[in-house]
Amino acid sequence: MRVRRVRGGLAAVAAVALLALAGCGGASTTTGASPAPGTSGTRVTGAVTVFAAASLTGAFTQLGKDFQAANPGTTVTFNFAGSSALATQIDQGAPADVFASAAPANMKTVTDAGNGDGTPTTFVKNQLVIAVPKGNPRNITGLADLVKPGVKVALCAAAVPCGAAAVTALAAAKVKLTPVTLEQDVKSALSKVKLGEVDAALVYRTDVRAAASDVDGVEFPESAGAINEYPIVVLKGSRNRTAAQAFVAYVLSDKGRAVLTAAGFQAP
Amino acid sequence: MALLVPAGAALVFLVLPLAGLVVRAPWASLPRRLAQPGVLTALRLSLQTASLATVVCVLLGVPLAWLLARVEFPGRRVLRALVTVPLVLPPVVGGVALLLVFGRRGLLGAWLDTTFGVTLPFSTTAVVVAEAFVAMPFLVIAVEGALRGADTRYEEAAATLGAGRWLAFRRVTLPLVAPGVAAGAVLSWARALGEFGATITFAGNYPGSTQTMPLAVYLSLEQGDLDAAVVLSLVLLTVSVGILAGLRDRWITSP
Repeated sequence: MRVRRVRGGLAAVAAVALLALAGCGGASTTTGASPAPGTSGTRVTGAVTVFAAASLTGAFTQLGKDFQAANPGTTVTFNFAGSSALATQIDQGAPADVFASAAPANMKTVTDAGNGDGTPTTFVKNQLVIAVPKGNPRNITGLADLVKPGVKVALCAAAVPCGAAAVTALAAAKVKLTPVTLEQDVKSALSKVKLGEVDAALVYRTDVRAAASDVDGVEFPESAGAINEYPIVVLKGSRNRTAAQAFVAYVLSDKGRAVLTAAGFQAP
Repeated sequence: MALLVPAGAALVFLVLPLAGLVVRAPWASLPRRLAQPGVLTALRLSLQTASLATVVCVLLGVPLAWLLARVEFPGRRVLRALVTVPLVLPPVVGGVALLLVFGRRGLLGAWLDTTFGVTLPFSTTAVVVAEAFVAMPFLVIAVEGALRGADTRYEEAAATLGAGRWLAFRRVTLPLVAPGVAAGAVLSWARALGEFGATITFAGNYPGSTQTMPLAVYLSLEQGDLDAAVVLSLVLLTVSVGILAGLRDRWITSP
């Protein structure tokens, strides 16, 4: 499910709305139409809309706050969802400035359609773990335990990065698993574990860390063969190129890296 | 004549998106896409669950409608308002609520699990439950309206002629409101067929057991396969329109 968080005051919301309305019917120019009234064209201000994979929710929300603090006058809005859904939205014309995907395959959909501005940069990597309810009631120790009778497992759909990685890992372990549900993004799969509806789910290490009070994580060796690389790119249809590029630069900077590493992501 | 303009606008508003589906359909690859196993599976599942859900709605909803229309009791107005809550509740919220009650750790679900070893979520039964939850208010409202409009003198006449309550209900009341029940059932069936939010939240998504047509369409769209989504939508549209148009007017309107 998509989560939209709006930051800043009414003025920022109005600015985004005005930009969106102005953009209806296709923008004729993409030369950084920043609403800054200043004389210098490199002043970073205005609204930035970031479409990011669901697994980046915690880390990017923090990065958004830090970016806004470092660049007063900017507002960062997020749309977190499964990477495949985001890629579809972007290709169908959704207004976004930056796209951060959980796998190169979904990023390729966007760049192949000509919607990327420049080459995508890999900024982090992420690895799968098995999420289980607190206390590991079913004593799951590895992928083979997931097919024990009576164990219900939630996976991400194969089109979503975590689902694709799960398929690779399960194939490597030669485990034939039939999940009870194929979720649309990794957070939905995790919430099924939190609710106690399933006994296990294959999610990212970062998701388990973010929900440490509700779930436990079980590492398994095959995850090393199915590591997800996360690329990030500024989008061609961006209406605030300066700020978008500044945000991407911030994500790639040392400060950005620190936040991402603290969340459990690996360096690229 | 002044009504023609807004009526025409309404017609265009409702029909244009459907026309868009037909126009944008990938007609060249349609046969190949229709033959894919997932399409017919999702369609069969949708039709089965919607019909089962409608049966549940009728069996439970008609007595409830009778209770609300014919029996005076304190709090009747509040009860009527509560019964129509699923109508205004966002379907996903309905799904969450069903999870909280019937989920493995839910109010009732936990007891069901420990006593009978039965869990509802992620089963086809869960799909039927979710669809019945969102569709029942339609039936209750339609039947209650029909009951209120029906002439009670027939039932009173039956009583004076010696008919018991159950006999009067079966032989006098029900035939009197049959068109209302049919109309309500049709509405419930259509609503159940199109249900998405409660289904995906409560029943999950798995091809063959819980992936109904609306879920299949949504998934195709999420994966960027717009053509597949259009084809699935067209199939659902054709089946629904065919069935609804096939219903004779006289079956669902009062004489």
